[in-house]
Amino acid sequence: MSDVLKGRAWVFSDDVDTDLIYHNKYLAETDPKKMPQYSFEYYPGKENFAREVKPGDFIVAGKNFGCGSSREHAVYCLKEAGVPAILAETCSRIYYRNAINNGYPVLFVKGLSEAIKAGKIGDGDDLEVDISTGSIKDATNGATFHGDAVSDLERDIMSAGGLIPYLKSRKKDVR
Amino acid sequence: MMGRTFAEKALGRAVGHPVNANEVVTVEPDFCMSHDNTGPISRTFKKIGVKKVWKPERLVVILDHGVPAPSSDHAVNHKEAREFMQNQGAPHFYDVSSSGGVCHQKFPEEGFALPGQIVIGSDSHTCTYGAFGTFATGIGRTEMAAAWATGNIWFKVPESMKVTAKGRLGKGVSAKDFILKVMGDVKSDGADYMSVEFHGDGIESMSVASRMTLCNLGIEMGAKNAVCKPDQKVLDFIRGREKSSGWEVLWADPDADYVKEYSYDLGEITPGVAKPHTVDNYAPIAEVAGTAINQAFIGTCTNGRLEDLRAAAEILKGRKVAVRTIIIPASWNIYREAMHDGTLDALLDAGCIVCNAGCGPCLGAHMGTLAPGEVCVSTANRNFKGRMGDKESFIYLASPRTVAMSAVTGKISDPREAF
Repeated sequence: MSDVLKGRAWVFSDDVDTDLIYHNKYLAETDPKKMPQYSFEYYPGKENFAREVKPGDFIVAGKNFGCGSSREHAVYCLKEAGVPAILAETCSRIYYRNAINNGYPVLFVKGLSEAIKAGKIGDGDDLEVDISTGSIKDATNGATFHGDAVSDLERDIMSAGGLIPYLKSRKKDVR
Repeated sequence: MMGRTFAEKALGRAVGHPVNANEVVTVEPDFCMSHDNTGPISRTFKKIGVKKVWKPERLVVILDHGVPAPSSDHAVNHKEAREFMQNQGAPHFYDVSSSGGVCHQKFPEEGFALPGQIVIGSDSHTCTYGAFGTFATGIGRTEMAAAWATGNIWFKVPESMKVTAKGRLGKGVSAKDFILKVMGDVKSDGADYMSVEFHGDGIESMSVASRMTLCNLGIEMGAKNAVCKPDQKVLDFIRGREKSSGWEVLWADPDADYVKEYSYDLGEITPGVAKPHTVDNYAPIAEVAGTAINQAFIGTCTNGRLEDLRAAAEILKGRKVAVRTIIIPASWNIYREAMHDGTLDALLDAGCIVCNAGCGPCLGAHMGTLAPGEVCVSTANRNFKGRMGDKESFIYLASPRTVAMSAVTGKISDPREAF
């Protein structure tokens, strides 16, 4: 299956913490659909993200995306905004598990941190991303990248749509 | 044959056969900790379609993030948690009362943090329980709901990092100063996915409370878990409290395999801070001394224990604070002890305010949020941009002694000057 998704890039630095993605003052909100309005409110220069992000746009980040808190809001606020995947060089462990458990793809892209710093991929670039193969093309400037595919168990959870649907499909495991 | 790390032993014990780093295992958690987020977790749990938690006595729910509820949204979350625990017949619920406190303090105080056991918590600082030799790690809400339903959670057995400390900390220097230095060296992603083991006579010389400070900050280096060797101090602490008999002292073999190693002489550690806005932005105190502050905060799961309050009181006794200074004991037990031994008197006499046990302003919810341009020196674990309030405010992380001395002078100050 080859599914090439097209969308614009929103580019972020290394070490984007969960407070920058979704600030703790909105933690009492529990409806995922209401979370996108707060996305990146605290990230300098990306205050416009919540207003201007379009379904299909991608998050492009360097190392250690989603470090900090275990809050799942930081996944929901992007997923519900229609961002189809996060492309990051690396990602914090809890953020990654939260993403997988919600059927939300994170592609680990080697060299992305340096490429961002060198300006080889920028805000608003048109990206073509094949989630299944990990192939990433910046159609604006021609740069290409490769994202690592996930392991078998993670892929099973992802393809079920997340951990809850995965468990429901394997009801025998639920005691 | 190569020896095994702590993580390999703890996860191997849980599955009943030897395991190696990078294997994927499924284990049954000994306890599942959650806090104010229990309400939303219970909603996800209901979607799975099972009615009863697999073992209700394994749930530990401690309200702490916004206590007493600072808004009706918080109150709704508390109400849901309360009703869920009651409906499930789950006994270990710590409501807003003098039996409560910060979850990562109460959990060990109540005897749930036990050597060799597996604990998952829907809070990133769950790694704190490694101070008791527990394999403890933070997870998200969906995953917690799934664990409640299935009694299972999968882990990749982590690779391990070894941090060795020899010697003793000098006068006025704290375990927090040591771990801030380590974080500065390892960096905020340097232990991503790893198990961090603290070794050496320097760690053995520390109190259990100090080791909790070390393990608490494991997540700030990206670690899955952090752990110290459970010794006699730990066994003395848990005696009479333990809520489970199925525990076992486990520790790494001397010839275990580590992907990274760091070594320190504690005698060379000086007071230090993490500058805004990242936890690994380390600076020795001399570099930032003199920076004007607007607020000082001593508390949290990192540094709200009795030894922390006493260390602050030792400096503040007979002095006056120059800026607003907020003290939050990590639990009501600590509050009581500090009340009885005169610590709170010393802090109040110095002009500090003492708030109720809970997370307080650490996550900017209430009780000490910051205005634009304000600077806070704090004993907490995160200095992310805007975490304690306005996005144009600044947080320096430091030890209770450094925060106390800075409160006196109104600028970041070396606590060794107090002695």
